[in-house]
Amino acid sequence: MTDERITQFEKRHERLKQLSDAELKALFWELCNQVVEPIAELARTHTSPSIERSVLLRMGIDSQTAFGVVDRIHQAGLLGKGAGHVVLKLSQIKNIDLRQAAAAILEDKEVLNGLFDEVKA
Amino acid sequence: MSNPKPLDPNKKLDIEDILQDLEHYRPPRKGWVWRKQPAEGVDMGPFHFRDMAEPLKQSIGLPAAKYFDGIDPQPKCVVTTEIASGRFEDDIRRMRMAAWHGADHLMVIRHTGQSHIDGLMEGTPEGVGGVPITRKQIRASRKAIDMIEEEVGRPINFHSYVSGVAGPEVAVLFAEEGINGAHQDPQYNILYRNINMYRSFVDAAEAKLVMTNGGIFQIDGAHNANATAKAGWLVMPELLVQHGINCAYSMAAGMPKELIGLSTVPPNSPPAPKLWYDLPYAVALRDFFSEFKMRAQQNTRYIESSIEEAIRTHTIDTLISMLTSADIQSTITPDEGRNVPWHYNNIRGVQTVKQTWAALDGIKELVSLKMDGPLGEMSRDIRERAVAFLEEIIEVGGYFAAVEKGFFVDSARYPERNGDGIARDGAGGVAADSIVARDPDYLAPVCAHFGNNALPEGIEHACDLIGGCTLCNHEKIAYIDELDTEDSVATRLAKTYPYRKGNLIRPEVEWAGDGTVLLNLMIPENEDYAREAGLEIARRMGLQDPQVINLMVLHPAEGCFLEVKGQVNFDIDRDSLKIPEKIEMLPEDELREGVRKIGLKVVAGTVGEDEHSVGLREILDIKHGGIEKYGVKYTYLGTSVPVSKLIDAAIETGAHAILISTIISHNDVHRMQMRKLNELCIEKGIRDKVILIAGGTQVNSEMAAETGLDATFGRGTKGIQVVDAMIKALKARKLL
Repeated sequence: MTDERITQFEKRHERLKQLSDAELKALFWELCNQVVEPIAELARTHTSPSIERSVLLRMGIDSQTAFGVVDRIHQAGLLGKGAGHVVLKLSQIKNIDLRQAAAAILEDKEVLNGLFDEVKA
Repeated sequence: MSNPKPLDPNKKLDIEDILQDLEHYRPPRKGWVWRKQPAEGVDMGPFHFRDMAEPLKQSIGLPAAKYFDGIDPQPKCVVTTEIASGRFEDDIRRMRMAAWHGADHLMVIRHTGQSHIDGLMEGTPEGVGGVPITRKQIRASRKAIDMIEEEVGRPINFHSYVSGVAGPEVAVLFAEEGINGAHQDPQYNILYRNINMYRSFVDAAEAKLVMTNGGIFQIDGAHNANATAKAGWLVMPELLVQHGINCAYSMAAGMPKELIGLSTVPPNSPPAPKLWYDLPYAVALRDFFSEFKMRAQQNTRYIESSIEEAIRTHTIDTLISMLTSADIQSTITPDEGRNVPWHYNNIRGVQTVKQTWAALDGIKELVSLKMDGPLGEMSRDIRERAVAFLEEIIEVGGYFAAVEKGFFVDSARYPERNGDGIARDGAGGVAADSIVARDPDYLAPVCAHFGNNALPEGIEHACDLIGGCTLCNHEKIAYIDELDTEDSVATRLAKTYPYRKGNLIRPEVEWAGDGTVLLNLMIPENEDYAREAGLEIARRMGLQDPQVINLMVLHPAEGCFLEVKGQVNFDIDRDSLKIPEKIEMLPEDELREGVRKIGLKVVAGTVGEDEHSVGLREILDIKHGGIEKYGVKYTYLGTSVPVSKLIDAAIETGAHAILISTIISHNDVHRMQMRKLNELCIEKGIRDKVILIAGGTQVNSEMAAETGLDATFGRGTKGIQVVDAMIKALKARKLL
């Protein structure tokens, strides 16, 4: 395996030696971009508890509340909607402000039930 | 919120005052700031500088500055110092000291373990190995720094870490609170903190976009590879790859190149032939990454307990920065290898850069790198290996697959492998399996959000949905003060009050009142006995918990140099100290006028059996700024002169004053000579006609009264002080 890798490297090295400095640099960046593109796509299409808490912080909700709220939303299987989305929707339906909506999620487990079904209907 | 009161350089920071009304404090500016570098260079004192920034309004220069009109040239690059005591209230005092010596990038190390805390910490708990980063701690620090930057007259960048499993939240906190710089590199989380690789990268894209919104300058974490690998100088191709991945990923997340910096360390250290590794590496890096910023760090890999060894290596590291380039020159406290850095070692680190930079100012106009030889070849070889490394990553299935196969931090030179690389499992690590796919109707109604976001028709600015987010409107931030009143700054400040605002003095190296002192000893014994003797000496001197923190063998049998630290457990009452009265000197013009008017003449010599002449010559000669410079005529009788001979000479020449130097102090002979001068002058009936002055290394200003002389001077006296004393005495006697 190791010998194979070294042989492979030697072949590559021979080819790379033929490139000018500018060509080598251009290839370096082309490969870097190629490596990160699928990762960036993963990030575009996924979220995480920390990202969702950071959204709630930006909505003016304190860190302690944000922690509990994201936890509840995750348990309710709604993190894929976006925690900010959930809090915003609840505030609109109940006609309360964002902080009150976040507090409501912490106080009452039931409040998230059917939140998104309602829209479908 | 009005701006805080300007600081008085003669008063300590008022920590309690800084903590007042923090809830309503908002940072006056956001974003990173570079130093202002005048294109035409900087003229300071008699010199023209080519690589310097605008000077500071108030600062403390290098010790030798007093010989150069007090100039304090400031390098054109931003200069970093890292501060990590675990108590922000003590760190901000150190920040002020560092800023006065020229640091404008203050990097706060985080509390150990914070990267594994899922969520933000709040309040002001005490940290270990760093400060727990909370809103209150950074807001108080930022407020202090805002005052300090006014005091020194230059913007200061405040920096910490956007890493760990709460990266996006920390990034929001930093953007809200006006933090100017941060480390952010998802590879660091994976390799060194064992955080799940998918989580780390998904979080990083969000964090990087939030940082961009706050104008926060980003530094990567690649340098940790050469601080971790067994042979740091062999991982150079990998370092280029790590830098490249973070740069490319940052741009994919929306970060502009101006905000992206590479954390780069010259990987080798003497006794290795450092330049043959570090220079080709530095050149290779600056070729591939010419559009990005360089944060040049100093080597820490081989620092252990010797302060001087660290400083010498850092001097060479700074030379490499100047031979290539550095936008930020970081400094490492030279004691990092032996303890949590101490106050004055931050200053030493900054001085190393300031001194080296001044010495080598304009070096690129004097010498150039010889690229057509081994330097060019070695640099090219590193770059080729880096490209081959990337090709192999793609061949095995991409970045995550490469991490699983242990591609990174292997201590062999690529493509060789030692098999000691850090391999991580995609299904494992902290916060494994914690990313969630976004639904088609996923929504985040805030600014600086990365990735898919199903905003309703007609909404372009996401936070319009909620009437503005905290990044647009600071008033919306939810401020938490304290969660635990026991583990808080108020509790700690109550304990240290006597040392900060009361009358008690205790030495410190990290925290107010820590009592730590350092003994330097030479013990004429072998290593084993020297160590135990050092500890015993410290104990008998009353030091608590003594520890040998450095031991250098001078010779296996003849002896060792030791540094022993310990704590004193007593306080000094400030009011019990007597401060010698400071003499207000007459204006120089008035002195010259007095000398001219009376035609001031003196006789001078070193008395007794004493052959020392240097000190007195410095007081006399025009070349050293002595009394001759102010028009005084002198007759110098040499060394080992009897007192009576000086008196005879004074009578003969009509001198107004006799200046004696007396260095030898064995058996108090210096005091005896001084008394004798007074007594003999009285005997000869000329005491009221001549002014008698003595000086010497063991003499002090209080000896005049006890020996009957008009003035006495110790070490470091200048000619002008002697002229001042003579003119004042003549005026007092109404002779002038």
